[in-house]
Amino acid sequence: MSEQVLAPVSSGNSPKFSVEPATSGASKNRSSKWIASQRKFAPWLFLTPGVVMFLVYVIVPIGRSLWISLYEWDGIGVKTFIGIANYIELINDDAFYTALYNNILWLGLYMLAVPAGLMIAIFLNQTVTGIRIYKSLFFFPFVISQIVVGLIFSWFYAPNFGLFTRLLEFVGVDGIAILADERFVTYGIIVAGLWPQIAYCMILYLTGLNNVSPDQIEAARLDGAKGWKMLWYVIIPQLRPATFIAVVVTIIGALRSFDLVSIMSSGGPYGSSRVLSYYMYEQALSEYGFRMGYGASIAVVLFAIMIVFITMFIVRMLKDEREGC
Amino acid sequence: MSDFRKVAAGSFAAAFMMGSSAFAAGDLIINLDQTDPAPKKAFENIVAGFSRENPDVNVIVNTMNKEGYKTSIRNFLTAGAPDLATWYAGNRMAPFVNAGLFEDVTDVWEENGLNEQLKSAAASMTIDGKKWGVPYTYYQWGIYYRKDIFEEKGIAVPTSWDELVAASAKLRAAGIDPFTIGTKALWPTGGWFDYMNLRVNGYEFHMDLTAGKVPYTDPRVKATFDKWAELVKPGYYNENHAALDWQEAVPALVQGKAAMYLMGNFAVDVFRNGGLKDEQIGFMQFPEITPGIPMAEDAPTDTIHIPANAKNKEDARKFLAYMARADVQTATNITLGQLPVNSGAERPEKRILQQGFDMLSNAYALAQFYDRDASAAMAKAGMEGFQEFMVKPERIDAILERLEKIRSRVHD
Repeated sequence: MSEQVLAPVSSGNSPKFSVEPATSGASKNRSSKWIASQRKFAPWLFLTPGVVMFLVYVIVPIGRSLWISLYEWDGIGVKTFIGIANYIELINDDAFYTALYNNILWLGLYMLAVPAGLMIAIFLNQTVTGIRIYKSLFFFPFVISQIVVGLIFSWFYAPNFGLFTRLLEFVGVDGIAILADERFVTYGIIVAGLWPQIAYCMILYLTGLNNVSPDQIEAARLDGAKGWKMLWYVIIPQLRPATFIAVVVTIIGALRSFDLVSIMSSGGPYGSSRVLSYYMYEQALSEYGFRMGYGASIAVVLFAIMIVFITMFIVRMLKDEREGC
Repeated sequence: MSDFRKVAAGSFAAAFMMGSSAFAAGDLIINLDQTDPAPKKAFENIVAGFSRENPDVNVIVNTMNKEGYKTSIRNFLTAGAPDLATWYAGNRMAPFVNAGLFEDVTDVWEENGLNEQLKSAAASMTIDGKKWGVPYTYYQWGIYYRKDIFEEKGIAVPTSWDELVAASAKLRAAGIDPFTIGTKALWPTGGWFDYMNLRVNGYEFHMDLTAGKVPYTDPRVKATFDKWAELVKPGYYNENHAALDWQEAVPALVQGKAAMYLMGNFAVDVFRNGGLKDEQIGFMQFPEITPGIPMAEDAPTDTIHIPANAKNKEDARKFLAYMARADVQTATNITLGQLPVNSGAERPEKRILQQGFDMLSNAYALAQFYDRDASAAMAKAGMEGFQEFMVKPERIDAILERLEKIRSRVHD
């Protein structure tokens, strides 16, 4: 992905530009200046739309969030500067720690999507009649909206009529309302989130498996590798790019787990399934919230966590670029 | 269900944003938070009646669902304001009044003699000595119960706390949930807390508490929860109520798995649609707890306001005056199945409404509701605490300490 983005920029400096103006001929001095300035400005010209978008939709909002987090503000009234009081309150806020803990749970358990996706991909990577249909069926949960996934699982878990409750009753366990029990609610939502996430990882690995070189497998086979050893030492190393992307999208998916929490439990019961993004929304934008400053300070903390992963991602990407291509 | 509606709200709001740009003189734009069939019908009738009397005004109605409306109102009051918007009385309108987003309509009250006619709601519409909107309906809260189940089990309608607890024990022994409730959306817990606190400590204390003047760690607050625990600890509520919306708690009552439901009068319509016959539905006032304390009731008032940024305030004022009129309020509330605020309006004919009307007429005082009397930040945390208490009553001390922490931040 990264090479594609960078490629047109570097080609801006290519000698292609010097060829055209030679036809005008008249004042060579002026035209060479013209060429020089063109060479200087062309890359910026091409970069402008992207830079402007990035500034307006990413950099400025980050700055604004940092700035608003130092204020007490209800969104419509006057802003009062209160320094780091919002952060001090955050440190003493039990609800914040619940949300943070749930976020860590999400991060940890969401990673299961990567090996699970790989398993399914390997399972589906065979030539049987109708395999395309099976593949698309497995991919289906990723196509439907997260909101729909949340609704389906809410009904699945629903006490009284939900399929899950019925299954539990069938094996002799008394019905548990997953989404109303503080012990299970977060796990219940994560399972719902894993369903489409596994499908996503699966599709990444399926494309990756297409590129696994048959020669190497053949060679490994001749050397007597099979089963787990073949998978671990021959296949998985070749799937490294796919694994990298799968891990990154899964981490990001876990950190922005908002829609499922909102749809399935609204952070409840009594706030026990909140994650940071939902807590931020509740404080800043929901019916009883409108504490923009406090919401912004939660957003800043979430950003601080994300920046760790984003930095890792970028460092890794740059390293690959310098070594590879 | 409500999840569906949440999603729908977004698209409604978007549609409305586009719609409001097409706007010409003589248009009167109204934003409504009523999507249920009865309220929708009531507003259609009001608009039709108003248009008959003012044929030159072109009324445009935007309907949004309740939950979506509550968040989008802040956006549309500041940018692209309609000419009229429905909202709620009491502390709930204070943020908009203080931010200068609602129009002062004291003149409408004075010119139309509303100070007399709407006297009962005047206090809840007044901030800084000015009126900020017009109330058009209110409704009682109380315990709705299955008359036939009570008769079958030989239970008399409880008139005191001890009788209520005894009746609950009897129902529980018969395998019936004494109370059904759905606390997923939190607010139904507010009704319970209001009544427990109003009956244990009285109206003045309740108002001081919701206004943030009394700490939640006060022993009197604890006393309220101790009484409430007499219903929570033996399991007199339906299980898993934290997973249910209030509508999802209704089927238990309809199927006879539960016998009582503390709710607002709007629930009656849902009971009927669920298949209960009128003679199966009984209504009782929440019984006395501390003897001698005058009985105050929850009676939320729904209101309509002119946003300060409205474009057609002249016609909007006409519309307010029209909605306040006795004959209009009579007709509206017959359709709504609720109570008219205007004292000149006719008494309701339906039995349960009459009962509610009598109860409210004799009430010592009226509270709006926990999430309308308390400030927004406090209301959210408070109702979350009530929900936690209803699931884990043993945590009450920790809950009250947490609430006190929030109260002191919001109010001190």
